[in-house]
Amino acid sequence: MEMDTIAAVSTGMTHSGIGKIRISGDEAIRIADKIYRSPSGKKKLADAPSHTIHYGHIFDGDQVIDEVLVLVMKAPKTYTAEDVVEIDCHGGIVVMNKILETVIRYGARPAEPGEFTKRAFLNGRIDLSQAEAVMDIIRSKNEYALDSSLRQLKGELKEKIQDIRKSIIESVAFIEASLDDPEHISMDGQDEIFREKVDRHIAELEKLLDTADSGRLIKEGIKTAIVGKPNAGKSSLLNMLSGEERAIVTDVAGTTRDVLEETVNIHGISLNIMDTAGIRDTQDVVERIGVDRSKDAIRQADLVIYVIDGAAPFDENDRAIMDMIRDKKTIILLNKSDLSQAMEKEELEKELDRPLIAVSAKFGDGLDELEDRIKDMFFNGQIDLNDQIYITNTRHKKAIMDALDSLKLVKESLDAGMPEDFYSIDFMNAYTSLGKIIGESLGEDLIDTIFSEFCMGK
Amino acid sequence: MAYQYEDYDVAVIGAGHAGCEAALSCARLGLKTIMFTVSIESIALMPCNPNIGGSSKGHLVREIDALGGQMGKTIDATFIQSKMLNRSKGPAVHSLRAQADKHDYTDHMRRVVENQENLTVKQAEIVDFTTEEKDGKKRITGVVTHTGGIYPCKAAILATGVYLKARCLCGESITYTGPNGLQAANALSEALKRLGIRLVRFKTGTPARIDRRTIDFSKMEEQFGDERIVPFSFTTDPESIQKEQVSCWLTYTNEKTHQIIRDNLDRSPLYAGVIEGVGPRYCPSIEDKVVKFADKSRHQVFIEPEGNYTNEMYVGGMSSSLPEDVQFRMYRSVPGLEHAQIVRHAYAIEYDCIPAVQLKASLEFKAIDGLFSGGQFNGSSGYEEAAAQGLMAGINAAMKIKGRDPVILKRSEAYIGVLIDDLITKETHEPYRMMTSRAEYRLILRQDNADLRLTPIGHEVGLIDDERYEKLLEKEKMIREEIRRLEHTTIGGSKEVQDFLEKHGSTPLKTAVSMAELIRRPELSYETLLPLDAGRKKLPEDVIVQVDINIKYQGYIDRQMRQVEQFRKMEDKKIPEDLDYSDIKSLRTEACQKLTAIRPHSIGQASRISGVSPADISVLMIYLEQYKRKKHMKETV
Repeated sequence: MEMDTIAAVSTGMTHSGIGKIRISGDEAIRIADKIYRSPSGKKKLADAPSHTIHYGHIFDGDQVIDEVLVLVMKAPKTYTAEDVVEIDCHGGIVVMNKILETVIRYGARPAEPGEFTKRAFLNGRIDLSQAEAVMDIIRSKNEYALDSSLRQLKGELKEKIQDIRKSIIESVAFIEASLDDPEHISMDGQDEIFREKVDRHIAELEKLLDTADSGRLIKEGIKTAIVGKPNAGKSSLLNMLSGEERAIVTDVAGTTRDVLEETVNIHGISLNIMDTAGIRDTQDVVERIGVDRSKDAIRQADLVIYVIDGAAPFDENDRAIMDMIRDKKTIILLNKSDLSQAMEKEELEKELDRPLIAVSAKFGDGLDELEDRIKDMFFNGQIDLNDQIYITNTRHKKAIMDALDSLKLVKESLDAGMPEDFYSIDFMNAYTSLGKIIGESLGEDLIDTIFSEFCMGK
Repeated sequence: MAYQYEDYDVAVIGAGHAGCEAALSCARLGLKTIMFTVSIESIALMPCNPNIGGSSKGHLVREIDALGGQMGKTIDATFIQSKMLNRSKGPAVHSLRAQADKHDYTDHMRRVVENQENLTVKQAEIVDFTTEEKDGKKRITGVVTHTGGIYPCKAAILATGVYLKARCLCGESITYTGPNGLQAANALSEALKRLGIRLVRFKTGTPARIDRRTIDFSKMEEQFGDERIVPFSFTTDPESIQKEQVSCWLTYTNEKTHQIIRDNLDRSPLYAGVIEGVGPRYCPSIEDKVVKFADKSRHQVFIEPEGNYTNEMYVGGMSSSLPEDVQFRMYRSVPGLEHAQIVRHAYAIEYDCIPAVQLKASLEFKAIDGLFSGGQFNGSSGYEEAAAQGLMAGINAAMKIKGRDPVILKRSEAYIGVLIDDLITKETHEPYRMMTSRAEYRLILRQDNADLRLTPIGHEVGLIDDERYEKLLEKEKMIREEIRRLEHTTIGGSKEVQDFLEKHGSTPLKTAVSMAELIRRPELSYETLLPLDAGRKKLPEDVIVQVDINIKYQGYIDRQMRQVEQFRKMEDKKIPEDLDYSDIKSLRTEACQKLTAIRPHSIGQASRISGVSPADISVLMIYLEQYKRKKHMKETV
């Protein structure tokens, strides 16, 4: 078999009862054996006949992660025609994620979107007639993954990664320039500088990995957009939910001109809320930008909370918003229940053919009903966590681990007194690994840096 | 009046470094070959720097030699100083560079081509082609000279260097000539355009030549050649080339120089916007250096002899297109050049060349059967890059005529492979120079093992004779056996051993280890361990070098070998030439456009095209599998 071993959660990251982690490739069984322990502690999955199920526990070192059933399926009669191991665990995002990360730490690579299907096809397990569909899956899953991975990346993480990458490529450019033009560019005394740099970057990346362990590399939670006309009370709602004066609340319509973000926790469900600028037909340039961003926020959102101003008539702008959120999972609030209503709740419900929740964001009325609705939607599976969040986190971690490994090799070479042309290769590998996190491919970065930083030439 | 000459197999257009290698390889492979040049005097001319080799370029020369090319032999016969660069670094970046006696070099190559069996050298400008349509594709059937002579041929190789529509710029003065005032080729560009070939304009430049008698060397640092000279060619006996060498000299520009340049920038055609061509970043003119690196108070200037029998000295590092009067003051501001007399002024040259993405990996045009190209015409720069492509274009024209598969060197096999793959895959926006950082597997692509990597290929092609090949096999065997012996020879911690280790600053042994294990210690080597190695036989120097490197850097080399394995799998997945990318619905539009324009030969090449994402590659792989299965189904029905 000519492909490496991949792994992914294959059930979707929900709070459903059972979760499944799938591993495929030559090393699948060997990796599973490293983390699986049978009740007797003696059974080896490698010795098990194909297509058998084994009860036991998954361990990370000495620590039990979960009680599981492990399915061992040997090539070629498997989905991918490779050796496949499936670990059925108790579900729950945290557990599934933990098992996946352990599998990766022991040698598997996070699967690219659609990669199991791709392998199944390339290995002849999927009928020719399905080729078009397979290609579509790969394309759409990748586009979605790339899009969401960049969206979820935290600003400070991105900056940190960019800083380290910049520092690395400057060193590599220096080394390579001196190799290409040894008579013009001298490397004397650089070893110490490199050593200090590598130590620093190793420490920085290790710290990032620690952060990653608590899942904070990315913005988590159900992406939720609060939308509505200007002055419908969206910001007040956010303040009510988050319990702090975060958004600026005034009586002037059009105050929120950007998208604010806030993570709130409702009955253990984390919502990543984007408060948006009010949507109305406007000529104001700054406000216009805000409106466009709001539309973008709707597009990205897993859940939309639409706030109708109960004290104002339902107008064209409201209808435009209804149109925008038509395909979204939506909760509609009728706000300002404390003021005299421009329209009866039942009447509007009938017109929109949707249930409404009456709230007063100002006084907190209706908050319980809203929270219950969110909880119901989540546990009924109507809204779920974007799986990509966890997958992204796993991929980022893997990329950071790879970069760390490369930097440690640089350090080893420096300690062994190897010439710089050896370790510059590992240096560059670290740069490439980190680039995967911020979605940058290599291109001509190095050559460009050499020419911009160093005066080369005959 | 049009008239027809006798038939040839191959017509080579241009007789520079690419043209000579192309013509020689075709002729040596038994093909009736004719090489055209606008001027016999310009055969293998070195119109710029007087050296061959240098970082990564030295690798190219070694590889050319290992494949059966000429450049290495000619420089071994005509060098006047030789140096192995980067000796203090790892073996992968050791790089040989020699100062050539320019006149001797040109003369030597001219004698070689003139005396080559099957090769005719002809002074004539080629202005057009004759073609025919075959299977809906144009095919070259002959070349046409400016006097109307038609030379029928099965393949033509373009190696026009910097001569196409060349113009030289020196300040306000513009002359429409090739380098050194030689005649430019003005008609061929139009013929190429008629064939549908896309041309671009590049520029490069050269510094002034100064009269040796007017230089004060006492103000400069002397740069000597190596004590022990290493030849370029694997066939040259090192003993035969140990000789007296000439020196080069190092001096520096200063603030005064930079001020003169800054004051006259408006008179530089480059900054005045007269130059349209794109210049290389790695070999900037002195005005570029002063502008772009304004914080540097001085730049190095190397004064290099152009030959043993001329007083002309090359002023390395100070190429320019400033007017003559500015040049005069600028050069004279440099210590040691206060009284310098300029023999030839610096100038910039602009010329037509092609984006080589129009070529297959065999260097044949995708759209025109039988038309090959190599050298600076393909957008590269440098004598060595040119020669390497000329050799490959020659080999592949010959392979085509003989009905054999093209020879395509992989990025994991040779710098030549990296060079050609880069040229045909990435649309370069400046003349392309080989650099060691461009080779991702450079620990394997060393100059010391070019013969082991490539001579078997040269033999297979037919440019390496059986005798040389047998010798190589013998060398391989000796290396293999010696490495095995060292890995199986264990050595214990006797007093003699411990004393020896202490003397060499190495930690004493706790348990017995293999001899190979000791060689791996940074402070020890194959050579130093001789006193402990009783079973050692006397081996040739080149075998020892391989044994030492392979053992010492085994960890690094093995790691690269594993990466190469992964790389090869992608390279071996071939893409049919006639694939219709617009048929693959799931490709993103950008990827579809790029793939259609470049038509990569393998999944590996496709993955290196900018704008093609990993997901596009996955889609492409699925499509190819589908394509293969469909084809298989048709065949079995």
